[in-house]
Amino acid sequence: MLFYSFFKTLVDQTVTIELKNDLAITGTLVSVDQFLNIKLDNIKVVDEARYPHMITVKNCFIRGSVVRYVQLPSQAVDTALLQDAARREAAQPSTAQQGNVRVK
Amino acid sequence: MNSGASGPFFTTSTGLVDSVDSRLFSRHRTSLHPHYIANPLDFLEKLVVVLRDGRKLIGILRSFDQFANLVLQDTIERIYVGNCYGDIPRGIFLIRGENVVLLGEIDPEREDFTNLQQVPVEDILVAQREELESKQKREKIKNQTLHDRGFSVDYMETDLY
Repeated sequence: MLFYSFFKTLVDQTVTIELKNDLAITGTLVSVDQFLNIKLDNIKVVDEARYPHMITVKNCFIRGSVVRYVQLPSQAVDTALLQDAARREAAQPSTAQQGNVRVK
Repeated sequence: MNSGASGPFFTTSTGLVDSVDSRLFSRHRTSLHPHYIANPLDFLEKLVVVLRDGRKLIGILRSFDQFANLVLQDTIERIYVGNCYGDIPRGIFLIRGENVVLLGEIDPEREDFTNLQQVPVEDILVAQREELESKQKREKIKNQTLHDRGFSVDYMETDLY
């Protein structure tokens, strides 16, 4: 659940999602759920000419299972904090199911 | 279970809720859309669904669940070749979630400003087959060349995910 919490902090940022079918979509992150399904607004497809079916699309829902990469704005990510959170989650497997929250 | 008249039928945390067209269920629909009965589809929001096999379906989303299983109504399959497209009427579609790549809302304003041209279904099917055949021919030549130079060519570009 760590990356779910992480993606929630990135809402309203501009991200580029690269899919497993090589389609790359840039847009504003609207929401993310526990499967890392992603909703984007004001989308722009990289190499639009190859994907004519995307011209008329303004916002979209992307199924988490088809995402290959998410390109993030570097200033929006605190890598030190993320690394620390990942360590803590790995150290305490019992908290892994309850998100990035410590259970006392 | 009381599914309620206004909301979606499934409890889910996915982001699909906004995309479901619930206007058909609205009790006040005739006051909101005076021409509703006469021409119901004009007011409904169309969605494009891209499937893992590359197909593009356009229809109205009527239901979904947590796996992104979808029910589409008045679906058409749209085939694109170059700057042409052709539509095949398909009716009601129930799509198993694992095959869904992407679900996009179509902006009717942008729809008017594309340089795409609609052609009859027969023509687009011919064009699609020609495109596929020329692609396979190119692939064959490429694989032969690679093979001659000692590369492994067991790779096939099919459904990779």
